[in-house]
Amino acid sequence: MKSQSLFALFAIVALSAAACATSKVNMSMTAPSPDPRVGLRAGWMNAAQAAWNIRLVSTTPPSPDFINRSTPGDFQFINSDLSFSGPYVFQGNFSGVQVWDMSNPRSPRLHKAFVCPGSQSDVSVYRNLLFVSGEALNGRTDCGTQGVTDTVSHDRLRGIRIFDITDVANPRHITDVQTCRGSHTHTVVTSPTDADNVYIYVSGSAPVRSPNELAGCSAAPPDSNPNSALFRIEVIQVPLAHPEQARIVNSPRIFNDLTQAPSHGETPEDVAAAAKAAAEARATGGFTATRNGVEIVLGPRFVTFRLDSIVKARGGTGAPTAADSAVLRTNAQVIFDRSVNPPLRGNGPPPGPTQCHDITVYPAIGLAGGACGGYGLLLDIRDVANPKRIGAVADSNFSFWHSATFNNDGTKVLFTDEWGGGLQPRCRVTDKPEWDADAIFTLAGATMTFKSYYKLPAPQTPNENCVAHNGTLIPIPGRDIMAQGWYQGGISVFDWTDPAHPREIAYFDRGPMDSTKLVGAGSWSAYWYNGYIVSSEIARGLDIFELQPSGFLSQNEIDAAKLVHFDYLNAQDQQQLVWPASFVVARAYLDQLARSNGLAPEKLSAARSALARAEKLSGQGRRDALTQLATQLNSDLRGAPQLVVDGQEQGRAADQSKVRTLIGAVTDLADAAR
Amino acid sequence: MKTPFLVVIATAACTAATVHQATLSPAAQAKAASSHPPYTAADVHFVAGMIGHHAQAIQMAGWAPSHGGSAAVRTLCERIVVAQNDEIAFAQRWLREHNEFVPPADPRGHVMPGMDHPMLMPGMLTPDQMAQLDAARGREFDRLFLTFMIQHHQGAITMVAQLLAAPGAAQDGPIFRFAADVNADQTTEIDRMTRMLDDLNRSAQ
Repeated sequence: MKSQSLFALFAIVALSAAACATSKVNMSMTAPSPDPRVGLRAGWMNAAQAAWNIRLVSTTPPSPDFINRSTPGDFQFINSDLSFSGPYVFQGNFSGVQVWDMSNPRSPRLHKAFVCPGSQSDVSVYRNLLFVSGEALNGRTDCGTQGVTDTVSHDRLRGIRIFDITDVANPRHITDVQTCRGSHTHTVVTSPTDADNVYIYVSGSAPVRSPNELAGCSAAPPDSNPNSALFRIEVIQVPLAHPEQARIVNSPRIFNDLTQAPSHGETPEDVAAAAKAAAEARATGGFTATRNGVEIVLGPRFVTFRLDSIVKARGGTGAPTAADSAVLRTNAQVIFDRSVNPPLRGNGPPPGPTQCHDITVYPAIGLAGGACGGYGLLLDIRDVANPKRIGAVADSNFSFWHSATFNNDGTKVLFTDEWGGGLQPRCRVTDKPEWDADAIFTLAGATMTFKSYYKLPAPQTPNENCVAHNGTLIPIPGRDIMAQGWYQGGISVFDWTDPAHPREIAYFDRGPMDSTKLVGAGSWSAYWYNGYIVSSEIARGLDIFELQPSGFLSQNEIDAAKLVHFDYLNAQDQQQLVWPASFVVARAYLDQLARSNGLAPEKLSAARSALARAEKLSGQGRRDALTQLATQLNSDLRGAPQLVVDGQEQGRAADQSKVRTLIGAVTDLADAAR
Repeated sequence: MKTPFLVVIATAACTAATVHQATLSPAAQAKAASSHPPYTAADVHFVAGMIGHHAQAIQMAGWAPSHGGSAAVRTLCERIVVAQNDEIAFAQRWLREHNEFVPPADPRGHVMPGMDHPMLMPGMLTPDQMAQLDAARGREFDRLFLTFMIQHHQGAITMVAQLLAAPGAAQDGPIFRFAADVNADQTTEIDRMTRMLDDLNRSAQ
């Protein structure tokens, strides 16, 4: 009874918060200060909330089988990841799966809840199939709740459960694919060239099970057992016509010969300082080499030792000559590479990660980002069943690489660090901004170049588990904007269009579950799906949000994002965002040009008027008006550089590119006019 | 010098005994009727043992600034202190919530009621090794620290393996999660420290 009144109170709080948020539009480009996320009152369903540029549309507590009302934050009922299909949200839970119908986002309806314990219940859907990850020891093949107390048991499920959800209200268990380390997460991979199958990359970071439980499982190093379950991932092939025949078809050893040294990701300032030092060293006869794309000065010990070796190699003695120095200069890079990345040692397990935590695939560009142990990997997945590593980064500020997100153009990749596994409070005032954060890299071919870290800017209490976690892009045309869950740090929406200067543009946060101790809760995942940000709240249920226009994001940009429609969404299988020809998309670009002063105000205003006039026309009239606008913009483009203030050459180039994008959108509209 | 090794063996034997008995602890028995999955003496031993185990890592890491550790080792140590302090807090919280004895964070080892001396958990440094590390400075401190911390972390992985080999253990969600996190984080950190040690040995050539 007491808990029911808590729920009622919570509903009132949610409603009043919604009412407040809609009453005014804040166009300011300054975040509220002091940050209202600091000092929020603790509580389970009645914790205080802070929201900026985002509105909580609804919050729905877990269904009866998925909540223990006498134990706030009961670990048994942790809500985990989300997947979407049509109007349905599939919410994983350590005790099973809940399916919500979000046709009415103000009031999601429970469509089906089925109990099937076994963490983490990472979920994916593809057509009529539902895939669920299991890794814990208590997961059973029959979905029973009694656990598995034997150390070796054929009742135990660690791997992927596959269900037929042709009738979503009655999921039918088809088969299980058992794996040696279970499945912590998994990634459904669609192949552009193989319509008959869907593939699953299995990531399992838990310890290897006994060979008596699953034949062939071995935790021995690969050199003593070539079939070791370490240092590999699993690829499952699911024939769509016969999903019951799903099986592991490959266990690629994507970590072989991984020798990338863990280094601190250099900031642009570091790179500039290193370049200056290198130039000075070269000018005074010093030696340099390139490490991770940055030219560094080789130290005197290194140089002296190598010069002596060169002298000895030619059978000489005494001080090195100018010719010896020239030999070193020519070969410095090769010698340096060999000393930094030596061949693997013959004995002992090879260094490197033994598994991935999560892999995000982007089939449209043939790439995947693997978050694997201490590394961020770039994989070529054009041959889906045979992913190949083509790049790797390591960062001494990163502990445990957790997940990856590409920007839509495939020119950037963002990795997260889940140091502490999500149970720990890593957003305290004392926690460094470069720890437990996102690391943003630019991507050119197979080369990833570090640009910056992004960390939730609001400090959290020691009673709130907080670390970078799951998110997706928000389809704002022309910008890289992402929503991300930070557990009890709440949800942060940030702009990483400029990879060196990511910036928060919206947030939502609740106070801690408990003001006296850490009780796990918060946003496991925050994903954009057809106009809304849907968040899986570990202890509090399902939250649905709507973005609010602000100085950082216009209504046109939000409306343009809402034009992108997904039939289904698995966040780790990134779909390319494509916007239909639309006036609102063109207006979104105009708003971006206004925000960046990329086009003179009178030209912007003329373009807005021309666009509005064209919208009222149809057929040939509209086409002509739009063609005329495109011509005008082309001439504005040539004039644009003079409008830019001296010394802002880079800004000018960016805006040129935006005007060209706008011209493209206007031309598309003209082509679409009938 | 020999005594601590004997203690280690005793620990192993003790754990092995737990494996076969799979007994529920008294507090667990009291709770068995509730909806929560039961936990075993092996779970309690694992969680409680991790407190002393981690406390020693914190003491070791705390020496880096005063013992002339390199910048890279100091950064590593800073992270170890944060990570292991948080895990100790988790362990203490879990024990408290389950009405089990909460041992102090004693860097000498696992303190059990009724025992005179703290028990060394797997991988923990002997008093001699601790003295050796405490006496080292600069590059030698880095080398010894990395060597000993790899040993120390491998001990935590051994503890996870022992836990998972115990019947009925790690059925409780938080324990499995905690154990899996310790396993994954420390494996990753061993990899990192192995490379740092390789770098150190190579640059000493």
